[in-house]
Amino acid sequence: MTIPSTSAEIEPLLHTMADEIRQQLGDKQPLLVGIHSGGVWIAKELARILGVDFFAAPLGTLNIAYYRDDFTRIGMHPQVTPSDLPFSVDNRHLLLVDDVLHSGRTVRAALNELFDYGRPASVTLAVLIERNGRELPLQADIIGQSITLSASQHIKLTNNNGLQLELQSNEDIYDQ
Amino acid sequence: MTNNQLTDSGQLRHFLTIEGLKKPLLTEIMDRAEQFSSISNRQVKKVPLLRGKTIMNLFFENSTRTRTTFELAAKRLSADVMSLNISTSATTKGESLLDTLHNLEAMHTDLFVVRHNQSGAAEFIAQHVAPHVSVINAGDGCHAHPTQAMLDMFTIRRHKQHFPDLSVAIVGDILHSRVARSQIQALATLGVGEIRVIGPKTLLPTNCQSLGVHVYHDMENGLADVDVVIMLRLQHERMQGALLPSAREYFNSYGLTEDKLQRAKPDAIVMHPGPINRGIEIASSVADGPQSVILEQVTHGIAIRMAVMSMALGAQSEQHETHS
Repeated sequence: MTIPSTSAEIEPLLHTMADEIRQQLGDKQPLLVGIHSGGVWIAKELARILGVDFFAAPLGTLNIAYYRDDFTRIGMHPQVTPSDLPFSVDNRHLLLVDDVLHSGRTVRAALNELFDYGRPASVTLAVLIERNGRELPLQADIIGQSITLSASQHIKLTNNNGLQLELQSNEDIYDQ
Repeated sequence: MTNNQLTDSGQLRHFLTIEGLKKPLLTEIMDRAEQFSSISNRQVKKVPLLRGKTIMNLFFENSTRTRTTFELAAKRLSADVMSLNISTSATTKGESLLDTLHNLEAMHTDLFVVRHNQSGAAEFIAQHVAPHVSVINAGDGCHAHPTQAMLDMFTIRRHKQHFPDLSVAIVGDILHSRVARSQIQALATLGVGEIRVIGPKTLLPTNCQSLGVHVYHDMENGLADVDVVIMLRLQHERMQGALLPSAREYFNSYGLTEDKLQRAKPDAIVMHPGPINRGIEIASSVADGPQSVILEQVTHGIAIRMAVMSMALGAQSEQHETHS
């Protein structure tokens, strides 16, 4: 299995996702919501590919910092860009976007936050990378690519002059 | 005193006074308040950040605004909060305070918010609580009221942005005002260009200049070209204490009227920590006028208190983590 890493390798995955989004949500005037920060980058790319008119409103962003389940263990995040949903979610079809689906905890927090804004008609989850290691009963509806990694490996999206995926293992992290 | 307020890594653990805190920390408090302020505009005005934490408001002295906004701030962060109004008995104060404290601690309180008419009460409590408990000062005697000062700084920043360019005048009973003391420290730490205090000699501390402020005894000169006018509440007991002749005379000399406000910059903002005495330190037409941001201050109080409570409880987590 090759793991995508460069922008050139990510681009076709974004198109796969966009095609699938058109099929699933094409007639639903969906609203686009990216999870800060990797999900926002992916959401912007999807909006670029699908065109400005596909979504019924500008991109919404969610920062799940206040909904995390580990505050008691690690405290406040250093920087929190507040969530910004420039629309009402009530009775709308939402496309929730993240970069990597791993444990499912981020998506759990994002769903809780979304429902504090109102009652959407539906939420569809799209992720660039789906990997093994789920800790909650959640799955993505739209996936760029599924990969299998060992428990000590992490895949991380970066955005310095274009999107890139970096594969790290715990051993590397300890070396830094 | 510098820094029993901070953890080893410089995080805010207690918030007792502005004194000794550095500019980046004050800026962080305002930045976090900015991040929290949008929550109050949501359909569900609540985030689960402090779910399961217990916050106890200990008010040994009356308060409506401060207590309510601390309560609301705790609730918007999903903490469990209780407010206790405890009347003090002068003879047994020291002992009853500690007894009260230990009883409430035994109920697994994570954070105490304390208001007391004795200077130093919050710090005293902070010295005696268990290591995993935080204390926030909601006003102690004539000493400090740091969350009020920070919500004022936040309000100024919302309107004026760049602190070094500003000239800020604080008017009234500086001598007895914990608000003024904390404001002056915060303004100085944030690098405000000029801080002025305006008031009669009987209500200004004798060592005013050493605080780094310019002293004026008249509004005419004191308000000239300032960007921010902060009015302080005149407490009635000052009149009884023979520090002032009468409310009417005070209003004539130091009450903020539209005429006197003309001396300030045209876009100057008018602030007041509340509750206001209309016709004593401020005219109704100014309190309700276009330059007044008095009600905004109240709104900002919630966000500032959310910021400080979450930072203090977050620092506990961090301490716990690094020591475990």
